[in-house]
Amino acid sequence: MKVRIHVSLKPGVLDPQGRAVHHALDGLGFAGVEDVRIGRLIELEVADTTSDEVLADMCEKLLANTVIENYRIEKVAA
Amino acid sequence: MRAAVITFPGSNCDRDMAVAIEKISGTAPLRVWHGDAELPDGLDFIALPGGFSYGDYLRSGAMAANSPIMRSVVAAAERGVPVLGVCNGFQVLTEAGLLPGALMRNAGQTFVCRTVPLTVENGQSLFTSGYETGSTIRIPVAHHDGNYFADAETLDRIEGEGRVAFRYGETVNGSQRDIAGVLNEAGNVLGMMPHPERAIEDAHGNSDGRAMFESILASLAVA
Repeated sequence: MKVRIHVSLKPGVLDPQGRAVHHALDGLGFAGVEDVRIGRLIELEVADTTSDEVLADMCEKLLANTVIENYRIEKVAA
Repeated sequence: MRAAVITFPGSNCDRDMAVAIEKISGTAPLRVWHGDAELPDGLDFIALPGGFSYGDYLRSGAMAANSPIMRSVVAAAERGVPVLGVCNGFQVLTEAGLLPGALMRNAGQTFVCRTVPLTVENGQSLFTSGYETGSTIRIPVAHHDGNYFADAETLDRIEGEGRVAFRYGETVNGSQRDIAGVLNEAGNVLGMMPHPERAIEDAHGNSDGRAMFESILASLAVA
């Protein structure tokens, strides 16, 4: 089973990278961009029997830092 | 003093830390590899050095925080052994859950490498008793991910408990409330971005970092 873990900064946490990219988009002339936030996508290939609890545990213990980041688990049809 | 310096793959200040400990305590620290399962017995002090452990993969300090030796470091910290994490060592301590908060990319997006003024906010800890509370010292920083973040409730709590050890005296990296160093609740774990081991003798330009190692040594003498 393929699983995608979407890791994003929590609302309210300053994202200097996102801000710099926003600035660059403005510089390229793309109007109407209101905000840019940069996150991380982690793709896992796991056994089909892997439970939601185990996936969440992976996120809590390593894949995300829950002090500053949220995560979302997406199971992708094989 | 029976001290240990932990080396992770990508640590690059481990030798500096070992030299500082030896010069000030008179005894060379034991060198411990991240893959070791157990720390040597009877340690008085553990130092986690600066560097770029595991190439900062995933997040700075995240991989090192899960390396085999860290279970033993966490257990030693919980027994009250003094643990100092500098720069990447600070990042490892937050990732390992020994200190609150997280260290994010510098707000200015650039690597900051210069000597900065620090205000000693707590001169009572075992790491800082050689400094006057409220005094200003000068210590070098060299980091890309030193922007300290914690939620407002956590910041209020650690400030109220005297756990902010050092604060930057100028804008350095965007840290919440200019926090440069944080103690754990019991006061035996300190994480800080500035490098005291790089300011221990005149050849370094200043020796304001010496008092930290002298403080640790003095705390062992009274213990």
